[in-house]
Amino acid sequence: MANKANTPEEQQALNRELAQMLKGGVIMDVTTPEQAKIAEAAGACAVMALERIPADIRAAGGVSRMSDPAMIRGIQKAVSIPVMAKCRIGHFAEAQVLQAIEIDYIDESEVLSPADDRYHIDKRQFRVPFVCGAKNLGEALRRIAEGAAMIRTKGEPGTGDVVQAVHHMRLIQSEIAALAAKREDELFEAAKELRVPVSLVRYVHDHHKLPVVNFAAGGVATPADASLMMQLGAEGVFVGSGIFKSDQPAKRARAIVEAVTNFDQPEIVARVSENLGEAMVGINAEEIQVLMAKRGE
Amino acid sequence: MRKTIGVLALQGAFIEHEKMLQRLGCETRELRNAADLQAPIDGLILPGGESTVQGKLLRETGMFDTIRSWIVGGMPVLATCAGLILLAEELEGDETRYFATLPVRVKRNAYGRQLGSFVAEEAVRGIGRMEMHFIRAPYIEKAAPEVEILSRTGGHIVAVQYRHQIACAFHPEVTADTRLHARFLSLCEMYALSMQKAG
Repeated sequence: MANKANTPEEQQALNRELAQMLKGGVIMDVTTPEQAKIAEAAGACAVMALERIPADIRAAGGVSRMSDPAMIRGIQKAVSIPVMAKCRIGHFAEAQVLQAIEIDYIDESEVLSPADDRYHIDKRQFRVPFVCGAKNLGEALRRIAEGAAMIRTKGEPGTGDVVQAVHHMRLIQSEIAALAAKREDELFEAAKELRVPVSLVRYVHDHHKLPVVNFAAGGVATPADASLMMQLGAEGVFVGSGIFKSDQPAKRARAIVEAVTNFDQPEIVARVSENLGEAMVGINAEEIQVLMAKRGE
Repeated sequence: MRKTIGVLALQGAFIEHEKMLQRLGCETRELRNAADLQAPIDGLILPGGESTVQGKLLRETGMFDTIRSWIVGGMPVLATCAGLILLAEELEGDETRYFATLPVRVKRNAYGRQLGSFVAEEAVRGIGRMEMHFIRAPYIEKAAPEVEILSRTGGHIVAVQYRHQIACAFHPEVTADTRLHARFLSLCEMYALSMQKAG
């Protein structure tokens, strides 16, 4: 065991570093220990334990909450890779519960019904790491200021439509480039516009990247979708409904894993894309009633 | 001569290793598929990440046999965290084997989940004190007598060297400390000389 308790600074570093270890990997939504085992065998670098995948949450409607801790524990027992779980935006008591069962990462997620329409969780008060969704650079940096150790695009979950994830990733990358091009004396105004501390703005300006790992999420359904997101600058991919809503989950999962590793090799993406059967049916992101990405700015 | 180090880039924190090697004046090559194994390299890095993912992709991309033959043939290797698991001859409670070229028994996730991750500072033989980041880390339960133990923390073996293989349970690549990488590069230097003589 550790000789001493980690300082908050050490814990923050370790939490960001765990996300670094997930890079180049695929994090898959699973609802049962059996699915978790399929995901691990297919090469998932982590699983997201939840009772209903986003497509079914969308179909069921109503209020969507943190999953049953017993169900999450079952998945923790089934696999050796990290296990993540979702809590509602602003619901710090759900996050406390997830920390109590030693979850590896908490996703403060817009996929669930928001519990607070104004405040996100003060994630600095927790020892477990958080990943949060973002549509643009301001949102990403606000979540990081609150303590998020990893960022993902929001995309539009449960649709199988990648358009929003593409939009969010492109926007974040172009805002980073614009910030990097600014003069030093323009950073104070940029911080004001983005509503974030100037220290974070300076980090992005100096390093041309976020201070934490940035994954793509929301609508990824095929190996080519995964390759697209990686080429647009994602450091890894979350696949929610795309795998277990498809015809051959194990085969599709393996294919997406290989496509993320060799995202810039079209011959390999082509080979793994062959004969995967039906992808999830999908809903056009423009035709849906509930825009999950709008939750929590 | 400038050395080229191959970095296994299937999944995980490989860019951190590349940056560290570049600071030490090396060329780096990412190894992602069989085509990347055709040009010669002077040494190999097995980075941190998820060993189950890396092990599976090593086989599916057709890289496994070639890389294993390199290691068996004496190519220097530096393995961190998941890399240590790939090298181990034995995994506790798990029948899976990967390269199995390092005579040690490794326990996966030995400190528990992310809440068990920690920072320590310990002496490493031949280097001195190093800041060590253990992230859902393994440790070495047992090492064969011929394996040199480089460091222990909390009573467990966390760094070893066996001939040309250096392996550790922690992540020097996420700190600014390049000394373990420099030690690995001195092995690469000797290897390059021996290959020249043989060639």
